[in-house]
Amino acid sequence: MNTLIKFFKPFLLLELLKGMSVTGKYFFARHITVEYPEEKTPQSFRFRGLHAQRRYPNGEERCIGCKLCEAVCPALAIKIEVAERADGSRRTTQYDIDLTKCIFCGFCEESCPVDAIVETRVFEYHGEKRGDLYYTKEMLLAVGDKHEAQIAQDRASDAKYR
Amino acid sequence: MINIEIDGKQIETDNGSTVIEAAHKAGIAIPHFCYHKKLSIAANCRMCLVQVEKAPKPLPACATPVTEGMKIFTHSDQAVKAQKGVMEFLLVNHPLDCPICDQGGECMLQDMSVGYGAGHSRYHEEKRVVLGKDIGPLVSAEEMSRCISCTRCVRFGQEVGGQMELGQAFRGEHAEIISFVSSTVDSELSGNMIDLCPVGALTSKPFRYKARSWELSRRRSVSAHDSLGSSLAVHTKNNQVLRVLPIENEAINECWLSDKDRFAYEGLNTPDRLTKPMIKQDGKWLEVEWQVALEYAANALRHIANGAGAEQLGALTTGGSTLEEMYLLQKLVRGMGSDNVDFRLRQADFSADGKQQGAPWLGMAVADFSRADRLLIVGSFLRKDHPLLAARIRQAVKKGLQVSVIHSVDDDLLMPVAHKTVVAPNALVSTLAQLAQAVTAKQTEGMAGSLVSGERVAVMLGNFAQQHPQAAQLHTLAQQIASATKGKLGFLGEAANSVGGYLAQAKPSATGLNASSMLSNPRKAYVLLNVEPELDCANPQQALAAMQGADTVIALTAYKHKALDYADVLLPIAPFTETSGTFVSAEGRVQSFKGAVKPLGEARPAWKVLRVLGNLLKVEGFEFDTSEAVRDEVLKGVDVASNLNNTLAGVEVQATSAASGMQRVSEVPIYATDAIVRRSAPLQATADASTPQVWMHSEELNNIGVKSGMNVKVMQGSGSVKLACHADDKLPKGVVRVAAGHPATAALGAMFGEITVERA
Repeated sequence: MNTLIKFFKPFLLLELLKGMSVTGKYFFARHITVEYPEEKTPQSFRFRGLHAQRRYPNGEERCIGCKLCEAVCPALAIKIEVAERADGSRRTTQYDIDLTKCIFCGFCEESCPVDAIVETRVFEYHGEKRGDLYYTKEMLLAVGDKHEAQIAQDRASDAKYR
Repeated sequence: MINIEIDGKQIETDNGSTVIEAAHKAGIAIPHFCYHKKLSIAANCRMCLVQVEKAPKPLPACATPVTEGMKIFTHSDQAVKAQKGVMEFLLVNHPLDCPICDQGGECMLQDMSVGYGAGHSRYHEEKRVVLGKDIGPLVSAEEMSRCISCTRCVRFGQEVGGQMELGQAFRGEHAEIISFVSSTVDSELSGNMIDLCPVGALTSKPFRYKARSWELSRRRSVSAHDSLGSSLAVHTKNNQVLRVLPIENEAINECWLSDKDRFAYEGLNTPDRLTKPMIKQDGKWLEVEWQVALEYAANALRHIANGAGAEQLGALTTGGSTLEEMYLLQKLVRGMGSDNVDFRLRQADFSADGKQQGAPWLGMAVADFSRADRLLIVGSFLRKDHPLLAARIRQAVKKGLQVSVIHSVDDDLLMPVAHKTVVAPNALVSTLAQLAQAVTAKQTEGMAGSLVSGERVAVMLGNFAQQHPQAAQLHTLAQQIASATKGKLGFLGEAANSVGGYLAQAKPSATGLNASSMLSNPRKAYVLLNVEPELDCANPQQALAAMQGADTVIALTAYKHKALDYADVLLPIAPFTETSGTFVSAEGRVQSFKGAVKPLGEARPAWKVLRVLGNLLKVEGFEFDTSEAVRDEVLKGVDVASNLNNTLAGVEVQATSAASGMQRVSEVPIYATDAIVRRSAPLQATADASTPQVWMHSEELNNIGVKSGMNVKVMQGSGSVKLACHADDKLPKGVVRVAAGHPATAALGAMFGEITVERA
């Protein structure tokens, strides 16, 4: 008897209907695929994208050259040189991040005592030749200047969890 | 010996030691700030509080002597509570500026607060602010808010440095470390305060913001600037020397380092470093390849040797060169048939040559100074020439050492001196002869009495005595005194490798000319290794004239100096941080070191340059691959100790003091001793490196009609200079004190002898 059922069951196309029902369910369900680049996924305020150097509202750069980010960086992507500025303050003369080495772990941001180095929500950047992704202090400051409003808002959103 | 128990561990310790000493000996860490094993006990930081059984309150481990059966707990609830409390109070006023603090990463307060502090601060009120102070070019006291008032720096000045230049003023929250009425800290040991400061209040000024402690590579090396041979660590980053710190070595420098050793590195990479070989053609300097320069030099030497004869060849070097360099230099010159080689450029009297049984040395170990009970120092600017040895003697004086001094100036040694005699340099021999007579006669009074009554006597001849025109006679007399008191006779030693120069035979044997006669009988060709003749020689006038008159001068040098005027070839060589080599210190300690960084530009270690020169000139026995091979050729199978012998025989003492006119007394200023030191900007900014002045007795000044502070014209030989003059009534009459070895006085003649001063 079992042998007979086994033989005739496929002719009823039950498996096919079962499969199609799954397809049908998703056909009418809400779409979750986003049409990048027209559409974008929502981002967390902790998103770790392109790095930026921040400034204080009076235009003074935040970085004091403590080199903690350089020390903590597991990929050795950061290079810093420090010197005393004419006003006696400790400032960087060189602050480079090699984004081809960077693994975007966010330790640099975590270790920074003055919130100078941060990772922004920017992830759409590219380089056309070798060396384009070697970001210098000026480039990082420019990123920071461009996105400061968003950066400040993200730090504020995260503050209550810290 | 008594038995105590710390944290349940049974410990046997010396009676009279403190709890913290016993714990450290047993390898148990007790947190502390103000305690330092080389300083007196202050017990003012309270960090070392421990619980002691039967004591009602926690006790400071640094100030509590051990007693039999004492039970100590360093981690009990009471002890931990006390440590946490102290830590919190220390951090109340300490700024949270670790990220910009130079001490960050090597800070005791940082470490202790991680180990013993709370994770957060309960203090939200305002912190105190202490204004920064300018205490000189070496030590930065910009951030005195960081001070935790441990007073280590104050105690160092009082106890080790010998002068209290820093002190704690005001009380309670207003207490601050200040220098006396805003003066600078001028001690020649001031850099040690940087090491001692447990926080970032006193930091190194030249090193400010240069690097973090974790970025630096540490390379072991040996001091190249004085005869002590201090152990030091050269800290480098990116192939550059960024700072120098002491390595603890109880037998030599204890845990200290003189400012000269600590800050000389700033002179390594100055703009006048020679980085490419240069030759002079038609009066113009050309930068050329090594091959060209070496062949040019070899041809020039060969030309002189074949034409005018090998004896027209002279080689000069200084005691700051390594054993290997000196050995290859003398081998090169001797291989070409000349015997004119010397490193004793500031020496005036060579009559002991051939009469002394070995190389002059300290006569005893450095550590033996701590055990001596009588010390006679003849002709030494002790504090400036041997800063760390002076500190060791200062400690020994506290334990009962009686110091006697015979000298031509009366500088403050910053220690109690039992007896001193200050006489003009031409009276030194007769003074010492009188003392020798008195000592032999076992007199019981005065200086002789002090020496005779000693059990462990040392008689030391300083640089001044060694450079004296009657040095051999002083040596003979000192030897008589030493043998009459059954004491040790020694030479304090001029440079890092003065003893090594003798071992390397970098001095003429019977037939050759010594440093002095090589310059007074000018040669046609000179090879200079590490020498700036107008600054390094006993008679700069004579040295310069000899150089200018020579046909060929080949200078192996790390710097472009005055040799640009008279040399024909400049070969860039590496200073001690960039080459491997060996120094033999005054006590005969053979210390080899490796280069800490690569040579700058195209500079090369001098031993390699000399080796190639030897090959080009086809001198035999120049097949060395390493500096170690050179060292082994000098020292292998040689018992260094048996080559060190101060015994001198056959020098006749003529105690005549007939001299006319004023006599010159000259020291080599502490920061003018060698090429590197002379170029170190921070050292040159110190008070010790200020332009030399003329010092005379006020009566002598009256005689020529000038007042203190006025300019005078100083004339000696064919040259004269204008300098400010000052009265020093501690100087003997008939004496003019003018420093040597300094560009401002390089136009003058010999370090000793007649000198004329007149109103400018």
